[in-house]
Amino acid sequence: MHDVTHAIRRRRDLIVAAVLVALAACVPLFVKDVYVQNIMVLTLMYAGLSQSWNILGGYCGQISLGHALYFGLGAYVTAILLTKFGVLPWFGMLAGGLISALIALALGYPTFRLGGHYFAIATIVIAEIAYLLFLNWDWAGAALGIDMMVREDSWLKFQFLRSKLPYFYFALFFALAAWLVTWWLENSKWGYWWRAVKDNPDAAESLGVVVFKSKMGAGAISAFLTAIGGAFYAMFVSYIDPDAVMSFQFSLLIALPAVVGGIGTLWGPVLGAAILIPLTELTRSFIGGSGRGVDLIVYGGLIMLISLTRPDGLLGLFSRRKKEVAR
Amino acid sequence: MGLLYGLIAVGLSLIFGLMNIVNFAHGEFLMLAMYGAFFLFAFFAIDPLLAMPFVAAGMFVFGAAVYLLVVRFAMRAKTNVGMVQIFATFGLAIVLRGLAQYFFTPDYRSIQHSWLGGKTISIGGIFLPVPQLVGALLAIVAFGALYFFIKRTDFGRALEATREDAGAVALVGIDQNRVFALGWGLGSALVGLAGAIMATFFYIYPDVGASFALIAYVVVALGGFGSVFGAFAGGILVGLVEAMTALMLPPSLKAVGIYAVYLLVVFIRPRGLFGSI
Amino acid sequence: MTALLETRGVWQRFGGLIANSDVSISVGRGEIVGLIGPNGAGKSTLFNLIAGVRPPTQGTIWLDGEDVTATPATERCQRGIARTFQVVKSFETMTVVDNVIVGALVRTTDMRAARRKAFEVLEFTGLAARADVMASELIPSEKRRLEVARALATEPKLLLLDEVLTGLTPLEAQTGVELVRRVRDTGVTVLMVEHVMEIVMPLVDRAIVLDLGKVLVEGKPADVVRDPKVIAAYLGDRHAVGS
Repeated sequence: MHDVTHAIRRRRDLIVAAVLVALAACVPLFVKDVYVQNIMVLTLMYAGLSQSWNILGGYCGQISLGHALYFGLGAYVTAILLTKFGVLPWFGMLAGGLISALIALALGYPTFRLGGHYFAIATIVIAEIAYLLFLNWDWAGAALGIDMMVREDSWLKFQFLRSKLPYFYFALFFALAAWLVTWWLENSKWGYWWRAVKDNPDAAESLGVVVFKSKMGAGAISAFLTAIGGAFYAMFVSYIDPDAVMSFQFSLLIALPAVVGGIGTLWGPVLGAAILIPLTELTRSFIGGSGRGVDLIVYGGLIMLISLTRPDGLLGLFSRRKKEVAR
Repeated sequence: MGLLYGLIAVGLSLIFGLMNIVNFAHGEFLMLAMYGAFFLFAFFAIDPLLAMPFVAAGMFVFGAAVYLLVVRFAMRAKTNVGMVQIFATFGLAIVLRGLAQYFFTPDYRSIQHSWLGGKTISIGGIFLPVPQLVGALLAIVAFGALYFFIKRTDFGRALEATREDAGAVALVGIDQNRVFALGWGLGSALVGLAGAIMATFFYIYPDVGASFALIAYVVVALGGFGSVFGAFAGGILVGLVEAMTALMLPPSLKAVGIYAVYLLVVFIRPRGLFGSI
Repeated sequence: MTALLETRGVWQRFGGLIANSDVSISVGRGEIVGLIGPNGAGKSTLFNLIAGVRPPTQGTIWLDGEDVTATPATERCQRGIARTFQVVKSFETMTVVDNVIVGALVRTTDMRAARRKAFEVLEFTGLAARADVMASELIPSEKRRLEVARALATEPKLLLLDEVLTGLTPLEAQTGVELVRRVRDTGVTVLMVEHVMEIVMPLVDRAIVLDLGKVLVEGKPADVVRDPKVIAAYLGDRHAVGS
């Protein structure tokens, strides 16, 4: 009997996602404004990125504040392969993802032994080292970065001069893919292992959970997806430098939607991105001119407020209300 | 420089040792202290050296307020206290940085013509900048005072005791909240001292805290979270590492050496060099 | 036939402190064995050695005729040793049934099978009505039962219980005692650490008394309680002996 309610809940999630995607896919038919489309692309991208982060940070409980590393790697691998070797971005994207996953495994080997604060600081430090190295690496453009000249509209090269629409649909696909991966993993051995590791590693171990291996798995999957997002971003903006793709700011931007929406939940990153990204873009454009920093105040204030009052994120608000209604 | 790193870090270490919380806004505390020294100088022409006690006192109040208004609530979380605490102080850091950008503008500022500014002295043929030298001396004095304070005064002993066993201390009748608030105040006052000294020879801008905060984490990790002596030793070590990497790598990469040392240390000893397991 | 669990000359030192010295015990199939002793006797240390938290300083541990001395906790669970924790360690942000599913996943990767197994175990332990509640919302005695349920879901040969009956109300303790009996009736061997003799003596087939890190006495509960050495060991801790 309980088995059935569980299955219904999972199917309901799937249906909601399908409806949302269908709705989102129709939006560009009505909204022609390029500025708004731009915000939508970013929102979808961060929803996908945060969903990827959520696998490691939310489900597995390993708070990474260095995901800019994987984001930047995805972007750089794609850009370098395209400009220096003429490799199509689709393959570059895949290569970036795989390289990031491998690096996540290599870095995970020592870092996953570290406890809470030490782990979080280690991720910042590692991303910062990579950022400094890229800033000084002449072959990879150093501080000047890499410019991917856009000459023609081409799906093959994933470059478009005028229209933002192809980017929009890819971002939608990316967000959906990240969501689906999470949806699928949530009800798998991995998903259960991760949550057990997050809540209590000792108990998890006593129940046959291979703690280290499950952290490595979460790290690799999370890094792969994040790098795909980074590769997309590189093609979207067609120009990258270390500040634009690997600075600490991105680590934050990637983690925050999940934190705000509901850490370790399926819908948290989507909800968080849908609120945060338009909010920051709008504050930036409305007040941004007079004094920078307002977006930071909004951002930081939100994180503080939410982590203090609703540690389970805005999503917790929903489920609580639903429970009360059910009663 | 290493001693100053130690001074920045010791406040962080103190707070961690007291209540097992890492203040991710520590760098922003430093930034505020530097601005404090700057404005005292700019508006009242108070030299940073004289301003030190004022900045430290201001930071003391600020730190205690942050504990009472923010951290106290973070510690009440039922589940995932660690996560809540990381993001609460992190959010605070971002807000402070944003406020600084908004009110102080992102411009780089510096204090010109202070008593110490820009002077050098020569000792045995080596030219040393006076501000750094005085900073180092003051850091040593501050460390000595702190050590004395913790070992010899009632409040210091209350801090130590709370660190050992918060529950038992509550039984004895010491108000835990008050001790924690004072601990945050003290830790912040120390960073205030460091900020006032550094304001004399460092550019002041809203993001200045970030890079120093990372270094402070490195120092504390080296010394073991919670250890005053560890922060002292860790600071010196980081200063040496920095000087050495500066010899081998271009200046833009000098931080890499420090970060690498952090990784090396935590990989080998996951609780820091002098930390107990 | 060999015993299910055997420790041979096990020592555990922590620095200069000797927590276990030359402990050799064995637990036969289908037995309920009580591991008792005054505070600081080394019960918990021995328990953790058997569970695989750390390898002993010296000596070997055998499960089902195989040497598992160097086997880590995770793999020991796979081989059939399950445990509970003295201080309960539930997965607080997961529901009760999800807690148990984690245990069931040791034996299967099929989610349906794991879920079915989890509900079976929850029925068995009387927690079925609380299946969809968050573990953090359980009352203490339910959390204890959840620990047992989780351990049972791993389909162990040997169940290690660490003071599961301590601190319960008499009624709760009685339910607990019955649960342990029923567990044994399903063919699972039970080794339970208890500090308070009164609770466990009627339940166990055999009692092993540890004192100062060594095996003091071993035998039928009725004999053990009357043994002068045991009484002496518990002296100054008299309330624990009961009457």
